[in-house]
Amino acid sequence: MANVRLQNLTKQFDGVTAVDGVDLDVADREFMILLGPSGCGKSTLLRMIAGLEDPTEGEVFIGDTKVNDILPKERDVAMVFQSYALYPHKTVRANIEFPLKVRKVPKAERAAAATAAAESLGLGDYMERKPGALSGGQRQRVALARAIVRDPAVFCMDEPLSNLDAKLRAETRAELIALHQRLKSTFIYVTHDQVEAMTMGSRIAVMLRGKIEQVGTPQEVYDRPASVFIAQFVGTPPMNILPAGSIEPGDHLVGVRPEHVHIVADGQLSMTVTLVEQLGHELLVTGMVGDRRVIVRQAAHSAVPAIGAEVRIAADAADRHRFDPVTERRIDE
Amino acid sequence: MAIDQIRGGRKIGRYILLVVMAVIVLFPIYVMAIGALKPGNKVLENPLLPSNITFGTLTRAWRSGQLGRAMVNSTVVAVVVTVAQVVTSVLAAYSFVFLKFPGRTVVFVLFLATLLVPLEATLTVNRRTMQSLGWLNSYRGLTVPFLATAFGIFMIRQVFLTIPKEMREAASMDGLGHLGFLREVAVPLSRPTIGALALFAFLTSWNQYLWPVLVTTDSDYNTVQTGLAALKKASLSQPNLVIAGTVIIALPIFIVLISFQRQLVRGLTAGAVKG
Repeated sequence: MANVRLQNLTKQFDGVTAVDGVDLDVADREFMILLGPSGCGKSTLLRMIAGLEDPTEGEVFIGDTKVNDILPKERDVAMVFQSYALYPHKTVRANIEFPLKVRKVPKAERAAAATAAAESLGLGDYMERKPGALSGGQRQRVALARAIVRDPAVFCMDEPLSNLDAKLRAETRAELIALHQRLKSTFIYVTHDQVEAMTMGSRIAVMLRGKIEQVGTPQEVYDRPASVFIAQFVGTPPMNILPAGSIEPGDHLVGVRPEHVHIVADGQLSMTVTLVEQLGHELLVTGMVGDRRVIVRQAAHSAVPAIGAEVRIAADAADRHRFDPVTERRIDE
Repeated sequence: MAIDQIRGGRKIGRYILLVVMAVIVLFPIYVMAIGALKPGNKVLENPLLPSNITFGTLTRAWRSGQLGRAMVNSTVVAVVVTVAQVVTSVLAAYSFVFLKFPGRTVVFVLFLATLLVPLEATLTVNRRTMQSLGWLNSYRGLTVPFLATAFGIFMIRQVFLTIPKEMREAASMDGLGHLGFLREVAVPLSRPTIGALALFAFLTSWNQYLWPVLVTTDSDYNTVQTGLAALKKASLSQPNLVIAGTVIIALPIFIVLISFQRQLVRGLTAGAVKG
């Protein structure tokens, strides 16, 4: 088991900076999520931790050991890839056993370890099948079992659920959380899906343009986003951003989560309703305030305003987030 | 109903076309086989019908053409060339796909460019090299110039390119080095193409005529093709002997082709369709 420490980690590809001076401490047994949009550098960061990319600058520590010059196989890190990267010509058993076989673990020992790993993930009945004969979810479990069997100090996972359908993704999310609790290892998990990040992570590191914008627990990131980008990236629907001076005096931008906007008769702002979405468990009312789109989250059985109707909206001062209009960073009162 | 009839008609048409093509391809082979089984004085009588069947012509051709020795020589040469071409192609293709080194693309293009140079253009120079090395009338002279081919490298490179990068990375996380990945993953995944390359190399080497003629004068180093040419020269008045010799030297190739035809077709079509 180990903590992971990144110091001023930078990666450039042909002069283009993919990761820009990242500092990050991942505690032992933590489930750290690297969250960000495509191209933000999160996968590159993970690959540098795993040893699949050499940093241009900076240092990677696993435990107390600097691992920059240590080969991937000697870092005690296992990786689960987005495409699973299973060996298609080998059976499930051979795939799971393979890392142990390469390490010359005795046959009986590795067979027992593979069986245990497979059974813990419900793969016991598929051991003699080849990956081509498995569903996406089963393949993903084989990839996990191949990682587990090595009993590594750190698990690196690069969007492992992105190829699964929505239902299976939700199921596997819960299984990964249970797996983390059972293995008590350090997990570093890359995703662009903020639902995965919110539900699975002990902490989230939100990345943009190669830098870490904010690190915090999912609730901290949701409740106190460090920038307009995070406010709109984390949370569905995204936070409403109102122009300076619209809802309160001052030259700062004001952010309000959709659930904190209320349709009331004496609201401060007037909104023209453009869309009403009945989701069963809630009602989303979308409208325009000036040239800004605003989404209001209502209880499922609230009164449904007509499209084109003018309604008044309000938000409590305590629920408002203030951002600098130039840097778009949070202004802490 | 009408659509079914049209489909049925098209199917029959396709089969008729296939049968006609098969007859065109098989007819010369049939004539050759019949000719080889007839005595010398009967070879031109009813050339399409089997009559007076005898194995004597085959035995005489085998003896007078020293075809046994020629087949041993050709087998040695073809096996050495095939194994060497597979090994060099696999190793070179691996380096072009999985290793990063400066000038990788330029070196690969240079390799490919050698495909543009016809064999005839290099014959004289290569022959001189063999002579200066003292390799005329030797297995070295017959094999060394063909131990590596740009075609083989290109063919294997194309199939290696279809192996996802993540698989190499997963293998390196699992602890496999380059040779381990080549042995455990890349080669097993490319087996149909490697098999096809081996078959091509074997066939090409077996059928070589010009190069063996240039580098051998000693009949002890005759290959099947030069042996057959010698037999032809020695039996101008007995065309059935040459026909019988042709049947003998074609038999091993026929057996190899039939045994590996599935491999060959899979190798040729590998990567042609997704999935």
